[in-house]
Amino acid sequence: MSKDEVLKKVIDILSKYSKTDISAESISMETSILDDLKINSARLVDIVLDFEDAFDIEVEDDDADKVNTVGDGVELIMAKI
Amino acid sequence: MQTLSKAEVLAMVPQQRPFRFIDEITELDDEHIVSIYTFRPDESFYEGHFPGNPITPGVILLETLAQTSVVAFGIYLASKVMPKEDILQLLTLFTEADVEFSGMVRPGDLVTVRAKKLYFRRFKIKVEAELLLADGSVACSGSIAGMGVKQT
Repeated sequence: MSKDEVLKKVIDILSKYSKTDISAESISMETSILDDLKINSARLVDIVLDFEDAFDIEVEDDDADKVNTVGDGVELIMAKI
Repeated sequence: MQTLSKAEVLAMVPQQRPFRFIDEITELDDEHIVSIYTFRPDESFYEGHFPGNPITPGVILLETLAQTSVVAFGIYLASKVMPKEDILQLLTLFTEADVEFSGMVRPGDLVTVRAKKLYFRRFKIKVEAELLLADGSVACSGSIAGMGVKQT
């Protein structure tokens, strides 16, 4: 799976939890999941669980703690698929 | 780590009367929890909700669901991975809920809360829970979640 495909799936997952309108054009790898997308920090657990299901990977809690930006999520997934 | 008994878990739930809505935990394991509670006719909210026509408020039913299925169950699951003293430093905060109300609960009604675990990760717990009346009908049900955070 290419990085662009991973990014697209990540954006789909994040859009479920965001309180703002998310469009692919408005998101970059530097976009902050909590601050820019207005996602409640308690939802990070759900997001990581969705990553695991969508990409058939396992994410350790320590790795999950390092996910702050969209790019962090994409890189974490790319390293595991 | 330790496995806490049902009574030990209940003793660790921080909510107390008049805001404690669990009388007894009747079933508890890694996948599910069941408790019972009888709404006392003198609960403070009946006076205003509604005058002359006491009905348990939906928010109280949701709180009743959460105290068993998120707080008590969360304490039990946390006890599998951390010492009791550390759990007592955690406060379980409500994070989200998606519930439906489908029945009325009156003063004196005995209700049963049943919940099954959807996940417990990084001290966040999410469950599918329902609150049943004595005749087995469902008064409130849905998915709810909470998270244990360190008290500062």
